[in-house]
Amino acid sequence: MKIDKLVRMANQIAAFFASQPEREREAGVAEHVRNFWTPAMRRDIYAHLDAGAPGLDPLAARALAALRDTDSAREAG
Amino acid sequence: MSAPKDKDFGTPARDGDSVTLVIDGQELRVARGTSVMAAAMRAGFQIPKLCATDSLEAFGSCRLCLVEIEGRRGAPASCTTLVEEGMVVRTQTPRLAQLRRGVMELYISDHPLDCLTCSANGDCELQDMAGAVGLREVRYGQEGARHRTVAPDESNPYFTFDSSKCIVCSRCVRACEDVQGTFALTIDGRGLASMVATGGADFLQSECVSCGACVQACPTATLNEKSVIDMGAPTRAIETTCAYCGVGCGFRAELQGDKVVRMVPSREGKANEGHSCVKGRFAWGYATHKDRITRPMIREAITDPWREVAWEEAFAFAAQRFRDIQARHGREAIGGITSSRCTNEETFLVQKLIRAGFGNNNVDTCARVCHSPTGYGLKTAFGTSAGTQDFRSVAQADVIMVIGANPTDAHPVFAARMKKRLRQGAKLIVVDPRRIDLVRAPHIEAAHHLALRPGSNVALINALAHVIVTEGLVNEAFVRERCDLQDFEIWARFVALEQNAPEAVEAICGAPAGEIRAAARLYAAGGNAAIYYGLGVTEHSQGSTMVMGMANLAMATGNLGRPGVGVNPLRGQNNVQGACDMGSFPHEFSGYRHVSDEATRDMFEAMWGVPLSREPGLRIPNMLDEAVEGRFKGLYVQGEDIAQSDPDTQHVTQALRNMDCVIVQDLFLNETAKYAHVFFPGSSFLEKDGTFTNAERRISRVRKAMAPLAGLADWEATLGFARALGCDFDYAHPAQIMDEIAALTPTFAGVSYARLDELGSVQWPCNAQAPQGTPIMHVDRFVRGKGKFMVTEYVASDERTSARFPLILTTGRILSQYNVGVQTQRTANNIWHPEDVLEIHPFDAEQRGLREGDLVALQSRAGEVSLRAHLSERMQPGVVYTTFHHARTGANVVTTDHSDWATNCPEYKVTAVQAQRTNRWSDWQEEERRGADLMRIIAGRADAAE
Repeated sequence: MKIDKLVRMANQIAAFFASQPEREREAGVAEHVRNFWTPAMRRDIYAHLDAGAPGLDPLAARALAALRDTDSAREAG
Repeated sequence: MSAPKDKDFGTPARDGDSVTLVIDGQELRVARGTSVMAAAMRAGFQIPKLCATDSLEAFGSCRLCLVEIEGRRGAPASCTTLVEEGMVVRTQTPRLAQLRRGVMELYISDHPLDCLTCSANGDCELQDMAGAVGLREVRYGQEGARHRTVAPDESNPYFTFDSSKCIVCSRCVRACEDVQGTFALTIDGRGLASMVATGGADFLQSECVSCGACVQACPTATLNEKSVIDMGAPTRAIETTCAYCGVGCGFRAELQGDKVVRMVPSREGKANEGHSCVKGRFAWGYATHKDRITRPMIREAITDPWREVAWEEAFAFAAQRFRDIQARHGREAIGGITSSRCTNEETFLVQKLIRAGFGNNNVDTCARVCHSPTGYGLKTAFGTSAGTQDFRSVAQADVIMVIGANPTDAHPVFAARMKKRLRQGAKLIVVDPRRIDLVRAPHIEAAHHLALRPGSNVALINALAHVIVTEGLVNEAFVRERCDLQDFEIWARFVALEQNAPEAVEAICGAPAGEIRAAARLYAAGGNAAIYYGLGVTEHSQGSTMVMGMANLAMATGNLGRPGVGVNPLRGQNNVQGACDMGSFPHEFSGYRHVSDEATRDMFEAMWGVPLSREPGLRIPNMLDEAVEGRFKGLYVQGEDIAQSDPDTQHVTQALRNMDCVIVQDLFLNETAKYAHVFFPGSSFLEKDGTFTNAERRISRVRKAMAPLAGLADWEATLGFARALGCDFDYAHPAQIMDEIAALTPTFAGVSYARLDELGSVQWPCNAQAPQGTPIMHVDRFVRGKGKFMVTEYVASDERTSARFPLILTTGRILSQYNVGVQTQRTANNIWHPEDVLEIHPFDAEQRGLREGDLVALQSRAGEVSLRAHLSERMQPGVVYTTFHHARTGANVVTTDHSDWATNCPEYKVTAVQAQRTNRWSDWQEEERRGADLMRIIAGRADAAE
């Protein structure tokens, strides 16, 4: 998928969770992406993170970074 | 010999305590409020009748059902006389026989005696009653031919009205009023000059919606199906389920051999209780239309002509293509789409093929583009992805809030129930940008019509919640007992913010603050309050948020867990609920369990004998995006037409062109088939066994009435394809597939064909805890335990109006057409809606110099189409509307790829557009007309490219 589409989707998800209680925001975004995005979509957005995450909402960027760590740990373990 | 008919007890059944009476010497106990006629009929006694039928309240006009009651003078009508304790009734005496013969003499004296050539011969209650009363002579002669000079009204394409055969029993008039609620008919004139009349010049020009209730009620040949007139009476009947909308009406397919003569709504059908609409009742001719493709076809490239082949060759070709794609591009490069028009069993089989055969989770269904936010939102709030009530529940609602739905067009049989309750006094709140018919209909007027701007649903629902919370209207006892209190408090603080006050929201949504406040008070304090909603809720960038917002409102006011309340999605296609239940989404197995859940996956792997992926697959829009990028190369589409129904048509067709193999399984060469390499001919609902699940979670049997025209039912074709791919699927009958579904799906654990035959239908969950099914959900506790309030902040859509695109387009459906029109456009329903038109407010039209019928260029950021203008004050200024039923219009060329944040459900309801006069079809339309038919040519056949 085009990266701008993935960025738009991630930002929309972040826009929803931004109004949830503070403790649920990052986890909410990460869990949503984990539950509904394919591994390829996640890999593409992680690559975008590595490229400086242009256009990505800060909440989305933080959540995706955390999710990447979780995914990496799962793959390693 | 006619097909056997349901027994008619004359007047409706009653509930309540019982009374004891004696009829013809037999002691009976029946419910108080029952008529003497119904009590006698249920006990097996026959009382002659003409104006009575048990779908209507008693009328007492024909005077044929007279009885004698001890201690009473005269001979009262048994239909209007209610049973009483100790009553002694005689239904057959010499005096009654004489009276009844006298009544019949009068009827027959004004009725043509052409019984042998009459279309109702053998199926005529007048004829039956003449026999029942022993009529042997008519002393008044047969000269009372007062109506014979009036030519039959043939204007309706499906039935005739021949007033010469009318006995003025008023059953048709009462059916139109009481059952359908349209009030299109009346009795005109007096005495022998009395005639049934429509408000227009004829039926077609009247308010009649062709639901068929009048035809169903008519005891003579006065209102008769043209198919019966043409073919004669049916000789056998099969109980089945309608294949149109999500109401899921029970029908009797009445046949001669394997030819359908008529479809008659089943009185035993719990979704419809004997009622029907123009689609299910009459628009079934597509099933044997000449356009049906009945042989499998293949082609190397989409520019080649189709080549008809044997099933086995088609299976082998398709399997080889898919195997080659996976060898070259990887396991994730193919996927499939299940059909909400096919049965549960067929849907389950397709998702099994994809998960177990393709080895990935790239399966999705058309619910993606309609009710996927319902699944997400209701599961989050309540714990399960389905509506809370049965349809019957609406009869106990005191307040009905219809949000983003147009039930009189899209769910007409349920709308008839709803209208009946509204006529009884329930209050109505309509939340819709358009002034839909329900806002003001005969004997119905909405207490509040919140005509909001498209895209502002969430702002409005928050404003309603604000009033409820800040004015002390929360049902605190319910919230304390049933809901997560911490979540509630967070939510209550949020909605109480001034930004959510009606006075602040008014500027966003356009609905007056006072109306919002009044509507909120009515919903919260008006008694049982029920929400019914449709795609005007879900097809937005905040569709899932809005579903959660409605759930919040119902929980806060305690409107859940009993009859008359709830949050109820009105599902679009016949088996949308079932397709979702069956594991059609890429992230979950049947029963809404995520693919990453180890225990669930273990169970499926053990049953299917293959390892399954723990990762979610691609959604439909993601598949298309991946295809455009060249990473997704093969698609199996069962019973879905994404090239017409999905948004941004040019993006969809670009994706389809990019694929190496597209397999379409359908009744007709639809728009998607233009881009296909393999065509599996589909089977209609009349050609197979299976089940559909309607919007109230009701699982109903579909029964085979004729052999599949293509030789295989859809499930058999999927089976053949699966076997060609090396899968060892082994089923001899769909009942075995249902047994597998039941074994793997806790909410279906008690479902089997034997159970369905026993109960007629059943609402899931149906299992050990609920062997008779579950009409109302969340009665004592929510499926997830405590109800979850979610904060639902309004976020404006990215799709914005501008100087270039100043109007908002919203799309929808109309009564006579269904979805992409492949079925209804192959019936006479086109007489009501021959083309998609653009509804535009006269103010907007005047600004653009548009007149009624002008050709309009409708332009958006995605594309342009031309269609005719229809000026309508149903629209609010700034908002235009069209339907997407006709492929040649291509309404989805204009819609965009904006979608719901949670589910990617497209934002069909908000597209910024411009409309201006034109004298030409759009480039896309011209291109379609010039070139696309070439992609549908079948070698050796001249007629295929329509």
